[in-house]
Amino acid sequence: MKLVGFLCNWCSYEASMGAGGRRLPIPSDIVFVRVMCSGMVNPQAVLAAFADGADGVLILGCHPGSCHYVDGNLQAQRRVGLIRALLKDYGVNPERLGLDWASASEGERFAQLVQEFHARMVALGPQTQPLVLGEPPVEGVL
Amino acid sequence: MNGKPKLALYWACSCGGCDVALLDTGAKILELAGRYEIVLWPILVDAKEHSVEGMADASIDLCLFNGAIKNENDERMARLLRAKSKVLVSLGACSQLGGVLGLANLTRTAEMLETVYLKAPGLDNPEGTLPMKRTKVPEGELGLPGLLEKVRGLPAVVPVDYVVPGCPPEPARLVEVIDALLAGNLPPKGAVLGASEKALCSTCTRQRRGLKVERFTRRYRLDAPDENLCFLEQGLLCLGPVTRSGCGEACLKSNMPCRGCYGPTSGVLDAGGAMVGVLASLMAQDSPEAVAEAVAGLDDPAGMNYLFSVASSLLREAR
Amino acid sequence: MSSTRRITINPVTRLEGHARIEIFLDAEGEVENAYFQVPELRGFEHFCVGRPVEEMPYITARLCGVCPAAHHLAAAKAVDAVFGVEPPSAAKKLRELMYMAHFVHSHIAHFYVLAAPDFVCGPDCDPAQRNILGLLARVSEEMGSAAVARRAEAQEAQALLGGRATHMAWCLPGGVSKGLSEADRARLEAWAVREVDFAQKSLELFQTAVLANPEYRQMILSDPYRLEAYDMGTVDAGGKVNFYEGQIRVTAPSGGEAYRYDAKDYLDHLAERVESWTYLKFPYLKKVGWKGYVGGADSGLYRATPLSRLNAADGMATPGAQAAYEAFYGALGGKPVHATLATHWARLIELLYAAERWLELARDPEITSNDIRVMPRAKPGEGIGSVEAPRGTLTHHYTTDEKGLLTSVNLLVGTTNNYAAMAVSIRMAARSLIHRGVEVTEGICNRIEMAFRAYDPCMSCATHSLPGQMPMLVTVRDAQGTPVQVFAR
Repeated sequence: MKLVGFLCNWCSYEASMGAGGRRLPIPSDIVFVRVMCSGMVNPQAVLAAFADGADGVLILGCHPGSCHYVDGNLQAQRRVGLIRALLKDYGVNPERLGLDWASASEGERFAQLVQEFHARMVALGPQTQPLVLGEPPVEGVL
Repeated sequence: MNGKPKLALYWACSCGGCDVALLDTGAKILELAGRYEIVLWPILVDAKEHSVEGMADASIDLCLFNGAIKNENDERMARLLRAKSKVLVSLGACSQLGGVLGLANLTRTAEMLETVYLKAPGLDNPEGTLPMKRTKVPEGELGLPGLLEKVRGLPAVVPVDYVVPGCPPEPARLVEVIDALLAGNLPPKGAVLGASEKALCSTCTRQRRGLKVERFTRRYRLDAPDENLCFLEQGLLCLGPVTRSGCGEACLKSNMPCRGCYGPTSGVLDAGGAMVGVLASLMAQDSPEAVAEAVAGLDDPAGMNYLFSVASSLLREAR
Repeated sequence: MSSTRRITINPVTRLEGHARIEIFLDAEGEVENAYFQVPELRGFEHFCVGRPVEEMPYITARLCGVCPAAHHLAAAKAVDAVFGVEPPSAAKKLRELMYMAHFVHSHIAHFYVLAAPDFVCGPDCDPAQRNILGLLARVSEEMGSAAVARRAEAQEAQALLGGRATHMAWCLPGGVSKGLSEADRARLEAWAVREVDFAQKSLELFQTAVLANPEYRQMILSDPYRLEAYDMGTVDAGGKVNFYEGQIRVTAPSGGEAYRYDAKDYLDHLAERVESWTYLKFPYLKKVGWKGYVGGADSGLYRATPLSRLNAADGMATPGAQAAYEAFYGALGGKPVHATLATHWARLIELLYAAERWLELARDPEITSNDIRVMPRAKPGEGIGSVEAPRGTLTHHYTTDEKGLLTSVNLLVGTTNNYAAMAVSIRMAARSLIHRGVEVTEGICNRIEMAFRAYDPCMSCATHSLPGQMPMLVTVRDAQGTPVQVFAR
């Protein structure tokens, strides 16, 4: 699996530190990117991840109501809804984009969320289906 | 031959609108034509692909290339003209981004052939004949250039020196571009000509009042949108925020939202992705359920957010 | 029996996109067959599926940068039908007004840049001269610069109404998005007066430069440029030519009505064939049947050109055009006329009609009305819309789901109607001009081109800068395929 996780500095990233400190099991095939806020995860970055072959992208922010920047996580929620719509039209299963919340002290929850996301992505299988190139049904114009 | 610098104009997979726009510059295109020796302009000059093949590399001083790369001949001509030209200009949305033709990249070419030649109503094709790269006829053999699996813009195939955006580029902007070309007054290579570095919002006269979108709607459902208020704040998709200014806002002045024909501003990697960020900022919904409902009301999200730019989007292939 | 020689004309232009002609010679050096290939496919019928149907006027304009207004309006009418809505009278007049300006632009462009040079300068004229510049040297500079100015004003007129001339965003289901102010109406009226005058002068030019020349008259009436076939056009309730709306009428090669139908019934009358050596399909009249690339009453091959529109109608709806129509048939021996090159003359009669109709509509008291849209109420479903494109009858056919997103698209485009006929015309011209022992000259190439140029294939060259000639490469090969004569122009 090739997975990307965006973690917000104030909550989920801290949670990941907590999980690491307690040696909670985290799948190794996920790359974590620290951002200041889940709401600043650029949709273009998410699309780029999928275009580069990511099988799943998980964004973890502060619980609604607890965002360090007040409502950045609500922005993330709206962005994710829209990105999923684009993914669907482009033939990428929108469930490959995950969004959830974990506060700074929730190391266990963090580990659990990541494990569950990983398991769901394994069940979906690899994202990149090779396009059928050069194998036309007849000796035609493809 | 006569000491003039050489000019080539070529159309790949194109509607001809960029050529008409050039001709709508009136005296200006005449001036350009007069200063150069035109070595290729399939519309009307002693121009054969064959004669360009015989030219030395970089012997064409300027090439204006419009149209997308969709078949083998388009690709061949793109590579040929890049090799033969000192300066290669990508003219128009199809050349820059793939244009509306890029919508084909949300489907597969094999399916397109089925639709056009096997499933269209009124077809008389009982044998299921499809176009072929080679066909034997009683007198000999005929050839057709093969279709590429994906539509691409010119910069995806060869390095391009300048881009002139628009579908088509507005004649007034083309006049400015031609003047710059004639004066040798060009910015460093890689620049966009004939369009602003700023988004359409910078020249749009509509006001923004800070309204949030409760529900997306479609232009046809509104009898007469407020002509002074931002379209987005009226729940209508308008690609102005991610589209370059330069067109003169013809569509906005007809009370129709921008569809993005001038292509994205420089910082944008993916027009649809950038537009998503804008839309998210404007939406009023705070719960996942409300978000999902609002997003469901946005019809054809990929088609409408990438109307001209599917072929240069990050996820440019349909899976 | 396979040919010993082959002549390739590549590229042929004056077609929206690309085209080539392959001519095969038999052992006697006579033309065995000629193939007119269209080597490109863009696939609008496929990739528009999934799009909101009301975006089609905007999207399908990109089918053609020379006649985007034709697609904009055919799409708009199909969208109206999808929503079961009829635009108010003022909106229909505004659309028609814009369209008349469009016809003026398109027909001026085609005649002055493509057609007139062949006649004014001559079909065998030095290619460097056989263009608008050569034309200017032979006619008054006033006429030449008027052609440039009148076409520019016709483009501006469309922009005044629809926002921009090429690829406008204007029509909506049930009407248009913007009306006409009194100030703009007055400008349109002033321009129309000049357009009518210019159209009359263009007809006079055709008289003096073409019809008064016995060689050209003979060429126009000659057999190689004659194709007896069914003719298609749109007529109003009075049987007069109408570009915006009416019924589609097909007349027989011998004259007289064969079919008359509403656009929505086009599938009862038209079918399309597929050949593997071209991307473009071949429409034909179903009820007659496909009999091959031949004309005549037993063949379903038909034409939809300005000449066809005049043949299919009972007259013109404006006085100047009607007088020109009568003079036309008077000079050519009555209806129907099947001389392909006479299409150029017919096109000028249409130019006059379009200009006169432009003037009429600009003076119509309703044209500045604000009642420009009826809101659609019905659920979207299926719709068919048709107009006369400058190059022939244009039909858009859409089906949508309950959200109004397209589930299917079928397009029958102006030039496509004429594809089989163009193939025949080219073959006939090639057969009459290419013989053993006759050198394939540039003039011969041009005369073959004149056979299809009369159809004004969709990409006309709207230019006033013509340093050169028609691009053409003619390669004559021997039995081994080795070029024995390469003629490049």
